Amino acid sequence: MLKEGYVRIPSGCAISGIIDRTGRLFSGQSIADSIATMHDRSNGLGGGFAAYGIYPDFKDYFAFHMFYDDLIAKQETENILKANYIVALEEKIPTRKTAHIKNAPLIYRYFAIPRPEKLKLSELDENEFTIKFVFNINSNIPGAYVFSSGKNMGVFKAVGYPEDVANFYKLESYKGYMWLAHGRFPTNTPGWWGGAHPFNLLNISVVHNGELSSYDTNRKYLEEFGYICTLQTDTEVAAYIFDLLLRRHGLPIELACKVVASPLWKQVERMSPKEKILYTNLKIIYGRALLNGPFSMIIAYEDGFVAINDRIKLRPLTAAKKGDMIYVASEESAIRQVCKNPESVWIPRGGEPVIAELIRDNEKEMYSTKEVTA
Amino acid sequence: MSLSYLTPEFKVLRDYDKCINCKVCMRQCSFEVHSYDEHLDKMISNDMNCVNCQRCVVLCPTQALTIIKHPQTFKEHANWTYDAIRDIYRQAETGGVLLSSMGNDRPYPVYWDKMVINASQVTNPSIDPLREPMELRVYIGRKPDKIEIDENLNVKTKMPPQLKLETPIMFSAMSYGSISYNAHAALARAAEELGILYNTGEGGLHKDFRKYGKNTIVQVASGRFGVDREYLNTAAAIEIKIGQGAKPGIGGHLPGEKVSEDISATRMIPPGSDAISPAPHHDIYSIEDLAQLIYALKEATNYQKPVGVKIAAVNNVAAIASGIAKAGADYIAIDGFRGGTGAAPKRIRDNVGIPIEFAIAAVDARLRSEGIRHTISLVAAGSIRNSADIVKAIALGADAVYIGTAALIALGCHMCQKCYTGKCNWGIATQDPNLVKRLNPEIGYKRLVNLVQAWSHEIKEMLGGMGINDIESLKGNRLMLRGIGMTQKELDILGILAAGE
Repeated sequence: MLKEGYVRIPSGCAISGIIDRTGRLFSGQSIADSIATMHDRSNGLGGGFAAYGIYPDFKDYFAFHMFYDDLIAKQETENILKANYIVALEEKIPTRKTAHIKNAPLIYRYFAIPRPEKLKLSELDENEFTIKFVFNINSNIPGAYVFSSGKNMGVFKAVGYPEDVANFYKLESYKGYMWLAHGRFPTNTPGWWGGAHPFNLLNISVVHNGELSSYDTNRKYLEEFGYICTLQTDTEVAAYIFDLLLRRHGLPIELACKVVASPLWKQVERMSPKEKILYTNLKIIYGRALLNGPFSMIIAYEDGFVAINDRIKLRPLTAAKKGDMIYVASEESAIRQVCKNPESVWIPRGGEPVIAELIRDNEKEMYSTKEVTA
Repeated sequence: MSLSYLTPEFKVLRDYDKCINCKVCMRQCSFEVHSYDEHLDKMISNDMNCVNCQRCVVLCPTQALTIIKHPQTFKEHANWTYDAIRDIYRQAETGGVLLSSMGNDRPYPVYWDKMVINASQVTNPSIDPLREPMELRVYIGRKPDKIEIDENLNVKTKMPPQLKLETPIMFSAMSYGSISYNAHAALARAAEELGILYNTGEGGLHKDFRKYGKNTIVQVASGRFGVDREYLNTAAAIEIKIGQGAKPGIGGHLPGEKVSEDISATRMIPPGSDAISPAPHHDIYSIEDLAQLIYALKEATNYQKPVGVKIAAVNNVAAIASGIAKAGADYIAIDGFRGGTGAAPKRIRDNVGIPIEFAIAAVDARLRSEGIRHTISLVAAGSIRNSADIVKAIALGADAVYIGTAALIALGCHMCQKCYTGKCNWGIATQDPNLVKRLNPEIGYKRLVNLVQAWSHEIKEMLGGMGINDIESLKGNRLMLRGIGMTQKELDILGILAAGE
């Protein structure tokens, strides 16, 4: 049987996300409790978390989280890493032995910044430099996989149920202002740690419940911009599309959402002239970046997260608000487990993003105001 | 040299119990197969003239006629086949190049039929187009890498001109000359009603059809027939015709006897003169020459019209397409070796070029590898026979398809492959006023609309089955295809997996 990464594995899943918009840090226990509620939406073949704000002491360093199959892969990776980056700290990611998480690879993290001379020689900015590094490791070093490459954030994932993964990584000991979680239900997999969600590139992390029927179209579109999809996994392309749209093309998050879940042409026809020009051009230019098929997805980026469904809502997604906290999850139960009396709970419509960003001075709230009593 | 060794290809069987001597068959047959024998008081047939166009069969009020392949044959021989021997007789009698019409009819593998389409089950639900929205609209034209907007969400990107198609189907280039006025009238009106485009071919744009300009692609071929500033600016897009699938590397020739007053005015050539499109354009002997023509046409139309380039599918089509993309074309139309024609040398038609399936896959892959696929549109042509062929073409990498032969069949063509004679009994490939009248454009356009709408419905059903609700997400989505009965090399070129993988 081919290892995942060489073969595409369809899957169903559970997702959950929590943000404190004031930037206050809170323990990873909340997100673990939330995702655990949806145990039956996973099957023990993948669970994972993304945590933002967890490395304040190294906030200017790229935090590389790595899986290695063996010491040879580790050595080869470190040779490339250290040739290109100044590494401030390298360590094993702390884990605890549990009964449910088995066959763990070597799991390391490195806090690093590009070597100035290498960066200058590459004529790239540090983000592009780092993307090339990530793709290089993931494509060319057998048994090595960069699964997190952002700053002041990290991804923790494994083969197992999400609550066991949280326990394995001791997530209760981390404090972040934004957390994503995922429980995976692949239909047929030998169980590969890299195949678990979240998928991450720089500061963008994605958890996804669904399967993209547009995967091959999206993948080929991204490859034209230099992205290398090594994992044969739908969610990977979603992460790269958001990186392309937000970081490279500078689109605001609202418009990026209107690319991946574009309004229907008949909706565009009813728009004001100015909007019609904008959305027509978006659809024409970014048609191949449309994510098709069923999905509910949470995409975390530097300023917050967005939760979004496919435009005909083929997967569940519920949102809730309490004070400065915003919660999103596949099921309402996962929210109520960690937020007893939410001020409001609503089910976003297909393609309607729930945007929850850190509050900055005089900034109005940007998340969806459309509320449906759950 | 009056002696002919040819035997009839077809045999007309007449049921004399049914025949009422109404002479409809006689009046309908431009090939003069049927006649009335006063002495015998019955209709008789000259099998030698029959081309199996089936006009008489269809219009016979008592269904008295049947046409069969003539039972007379040669001694069985796997190498010296019936066709091979007949062709030698024909050439020994005439000393000429053998002409034929419509597409390549040799039994090459049809790769569309070796590919099957995916459908969703459980993990990814199929979408029912009767309940859910399903979008088939596509835009053909050059696309920028990215959108640029200001802080007020005004679009700053200057979008190159685009062709809007409500379904990813266009009517292929067929010139006025090769097909009739009424056929053009039907195509133009159908294109307008369907929100798609038809293509004038290289024969100019008849003044009556200028009102359909926004649904018209005009060609600039080597003959430059009918090309002037008004012609260019009336159309929605301009297509430089370099090659045609039925006759790659070959020019065109409309005999002078077909150049009527009307055609002469449309083509801007003297009546009765031969209309010759040379094999090369007189001003294009390199890719940089092509670039200059592309920009000359853009200048002439103030950069308001997409300029496409049509080429035949040939061995190195991927490199050629890459050159065309870099020469500034807005779209590339690629015509496979089964593409139709009004007249082509039979040997060329049947032996030159490559299947469109491979050409599209190779071009799409090449443009992607160069990172420019998303900037240019690709139109596949050359024997698109049904909606499944369209789905497969788009999954292999096309943005849209051209249909030619299928459109003519919708108008009544029975594929007798005698367009080059100008005697088309169905009023399609003829300029004979009496024959042209047989094609009612009112009925013809409705049949075309029906065909394209039916195919569009089917495309929606197949998309829904794949769990896709926008045709954009099918483009280049080769994971939706699997091959059956192909070699690994063929699968590799098409970029698809084998069934079961």
